[in-house]
Formats: sequence, C-alpha cells, structure tokens
Amino acid sequence: MRTLSILGLLVAALLVSAVAGILVGAVAIEPGDVLAALLGSNDVNGTIIRELRLPRVLGAALVGGSLATAGALLQGLLRNPLADPFVTGTSAGATLAAVLAIVLGLAAPLVPLASFAGALVTVTLVWRLARLGGGTTVLTVLLAGVVLTSFAGAVVTFLLVSSDRLALQLRAVLGWLQGGVSVISWPELGVAAVIVAVGLGFALVLAHRVDAYAFGEDTAATLGVDPDRTTTAVLGATALLSGAAVALAGLVGFVGLVVPHALRFLIGATHRRLVPASFLAGAAALVLADLGSRTLIAPAELPVGAITGLIGAPFFLALLMRSRRIVV
Amino acid sequence: MTSLAATAVTAAYGPRVVLRECSFAMGSGEIVAIVGPNGAGKSTLLRVLAGLLRPAAGNVTLDGRDLTAFPRSAVARRIAVVPQIFDTLFPFTVREVVALGRTARLGAFGRASAEDVAAVGRAIGDLALEGLATRRIDRLSGGERQRAVLAMALAQETDVLLLDEPTVHLDPGHQLATLGLLRALGTRRQLAVCAVLHDLNLASAFASRIVVIAEGRLVREGTPLEVLDAQLVEAVFGDGLEVVARDGRPAVVPRVPVG
Repeated sequence: MRTLSILGLLVAALLVSAVAGILVGAVAIEPGDVLAALLGSNDVNGTIIRELRLPRVLGAALVGGSLATAGALLQGLLRNPLADPFVTGTSAGATLAAVLAIVLGLAAPLVPLASFAGALVTVTLVWRLARLGGGTTVLTVLLAGVVLTSFAGAVVTFLLVSSDRLALQLRAVLGWLQGGVSVISWPELGVAAVIVAVGLGFALVLAHRVDAYAFGEDTAATLGVDPDRTTTAVLGATALLSGAAVALAGLVGFVGLVVPHALRFLIGATHRRLVPASFLAGAAALVLADLGSRTLIAPAELPVGAITGLIGAPFFLALLMRSRRIVV
Repeated sequence: MTSLAATAVTAAYGPRVVLRECSFAMGSGEIVAIVGPNGAGKSTLLRVLAGLLRPAAGNVTLDGRDLTAFPRSAVARRIAVVPQIFDTLFPFTVREVVALGRTARLGAFGRASAEDVAAVGRAIGDLALEGLATRRIDRLSGGERQRAVLAMALAQETDVLLLDEPTVHLDPGHQLATLGLLRALGTRRQLAVCAVLHDLNLASAFASRIVVIAEGRLVREGTPLEVLDAQLVEAVFGDGLEVVARDGRPAVVPRVPVG
C-alpha cells in the first residue's frame, strides 16, 4: 500500500516536472499556445514545442530513468552502494565506443548500439575486477572506475584531435560529452526508447533475483539463483540502459548513484520496488535538472551533466565519509 | 527419507587441492558436525555438498542423483545453506531477508504466493523473530542477525540444512541456544543437518555424528564418543588438549597449566 502510494507520487512528480519542462524555456510561450502547439499548430511555437522542448523533456526522462535504474541494478549486483554507471566507468566506456562509431562513419542509428557494446565491455570488466577484490569490492570498483574513465577519456581526446570527421563537428561532440540533452531528434529518441524499454523490461524481471545477491554470490546460488546466467543478464540490462543514456546525453554523472540511494530510505532495499521507483524518480530528477540547466543562467545554458555533478559529487563525498565501514 | 552423499570427492581451487577423496553420507534426522583444524577443508566440503563447488573427482548425490544434474533452483528447494558471513550494506528488513528464502519458488516478477507468505511467517515464528520483523537487518546484534539468516534458510523448506560455522559470531549462551534450536527443529522435521563447527565441545554436545577433516582428508567419523578420543585429538589438534568424560559425552579441555 505504502509502496503503491510512493510509486503514485513518483508518477505525479514525473508528470509535473515534464509539464514544467514543456512550459518553460528560452522563448516564453503562453500555456494556451503550448497546448495548441502540442495539438499540431503550424507556427514557430509549434516547431519549438514539438521539435525542441518535447523531445528534450522525453530525452531527459529516458536518460535519468535509465541511469537510475542501471545504478540500482549495479549497486545490488556489486553489493556496493557507491556504484553507478558513471562512477564505475561504464558511461565512459559507452562514450568511447560511441565516439569510435562516429569516427568510423557508422550510420546514426548504430551509435546507440555501439555505446551499448562499450558499456557492456566496461561493466563486465568492472564486475570481474570487483570479484577479484573479494571482500574489499567497494574500493576496487571505485578505483577501476577511475582508471577506466581516464583511459576512455584519453582515447576520446586522441580521436577528437586526430579525426577529420570529428573536427568538423567538434563543438557538437564536446557539448554531448559534457552531458546534455539540449538537441535530441525524434529518430534518436525512438531508437533510445526501444533500447531503454528492453533494458527496463529485463530489470523488472530480474529485480527480485538481485535481492538474493545481498549476502553475496554464493548465497544467491544457494537461494536458487543461477549466478552465471543472472549476472550476465543483469550486466546486459545495465549496459542497455547506460548505453542508451550515453547515446542520448553523453556523460551525465551521479543520477544513478543518488536516486536509488535516496529511494532506499523511502521504500527499503527490495529491488522489486526499488527498480521501478528508481526509473520514475530518475526520470523526474533529470527533467528537473534539465529545467535548471536551461533557466539558472538564462539565456545561456548549462549542460545538464554540470547540474547533476554539482549536486551529485558532494552527495557522493558525504556518503564516502559518513560510511567508512563500507570503504574498508 | 533424504540422503546427501559424497563419494571419493576431491576438490580444488585452481591448482590447489583442498579436499582429497572424501566419502561421507548423511540422512534425515541426523545432526552431523564437521570439525577439524583451520584450513583443513571443512568449509570446502560444505561448499561441495551444497553444489557450490564442483568436485574435481568423485561426485555428490542427492537421493542417488548427481547434484550437478540439478538446476540451481531445484537444489535450492532441497538444500538450504546458512552462510558464515551475512553482512549487507542495504537496509533490508528482517522479513525481507527471511523472504529471500523463497527466491526459488517465486512467480514471475518475484510475486509471492499465499504459500510463500505463510512459509515466511512460519520461519519467523520458529525463530521468535516476530518483534524484529520490520527492523533493519544491518541494525541488529550479531545473534539477532544470525537468527534472521537461519529463518531465511528455514523458509526455503528444504530437507537438508547446511551451516558454515553458525556459532562463530555468538557468545556462549547464544551458541547453545542456536544449536539447541537446530537440534529441536532437525529432530521434529526430520531434517538432515550438517554444520561446520570449531568448538569440539559444542560438536560433542549437539551432534549425533562427528566427521573429522584434517589436511583435506576425512580422518574419522562416528558418534562423539567414538570419535573424540585422546589419540585423535592429539593427532589432529596437537598435544595441548585433554579429553575428559562428562555424562557420557567426551569434553575437550586445555591441559593445565597451558604451555
């Protein structure tokens, strides 16, 4: 009952922030005109609402929801409350693969698939490193993330500087790297939505099995979870979600860390509740963060990654300092 | 009548052979204690019996069928394992932890049936956890947490229960209480119970049978009286201990003065 009302509240929060995201923007448009635009009016307002604001809001929702869901899955699988796609370097791996795809001149719809592949390789690597770490996985995962992120960043810089194809669109690529949802086209959104739907579907089916990892992989197995198959499926779902998020918005940090963590205080640790709640709350949070990025220093714009970093990084530090127990 | 049997099991972690040609069987209504020095291979034997570690040679059978032929979810309906370490950093409640015992039986999307809910309730009742059911597991004392994890294993409603040093984090009073409870439940429900124990006296007091592992080999098995004699204790644990008879059960005490 309590869970249902919290999920209901989160849906309401997502709807309210989406409405705000569509109503507010660089160009002031009356609510009545916004409605007309949504219904298909053929003027400038129509173009702004339908081609800019609506895809932007939907994109932010998809990115935030995906990152938060991926964060919840990763934290459960790695038994590590400090894991998320950004901190583990998964997003950086996805970025590298996406940039590589652009350099190689692959067709635009293939870019999200490339970033999914990059995310899958990186997150699998992180998981293997965490396993090597035995009891000290929390730090191992963070260190692996630092290393993978700097490596991927170095290769991306190298590619940016040396590729003629990228030089032509350097500004666009740099903007994307910083984490932004400012320009999202409908076709991009469509591809990403399909990938996110598959990833979210997997996440919902797997959620209760992730609970069994709470006391480690051996106990998950004795509780009846096939650890190899389940781990592969969870890593795959994580990669789908973070890959789609990166393809849409580049590097947006800490959403996947903060959202599941905060939600555990509200609805507890059970992933059957945490996974859907994370998607809704992550979506609402990033739509709001994007609204902030557009309005805080208007008419200029911040990349939404700057907003999530401003809020998320101190949160991460506080978590790290408060819980020394989990770091050793 | 359930039987779990290991036949000439050799087990290794990579190149390191930890268990050599161990044969051992247990059945319903038995309480078996596995004892032996540190690093002898006790926990490894338990992992093999639980199907967590595939033997390098030999096999483990459950009611005559090779354990490796069962999918994990089928094993989980027959064999429950109480792990040695059960720390979690997440705020699961006691009831949620106990409900983890039903993982192998849940429906799609983890939906619990009325039978699942009832089994969780029974396990909570068996371990007198009603008052703690909504408390966070990471905020309980060691003894309370132990009971919660034991309830999780009971909620699996298996006929085999394996425990890896279930008393290691407990004070003497809670050690006795835990093992007493295990013996009562084991006898009442005809479970086959097998526990790795460090304390020879607890093994002597609670086990119907003791299995001694040393350097990866099974060196002796039988009733406490048959197994715990001065010769074996000296051979396996060194010459600092003395075996005394107490009410028909052997007790092992340090020689005085020590050293």
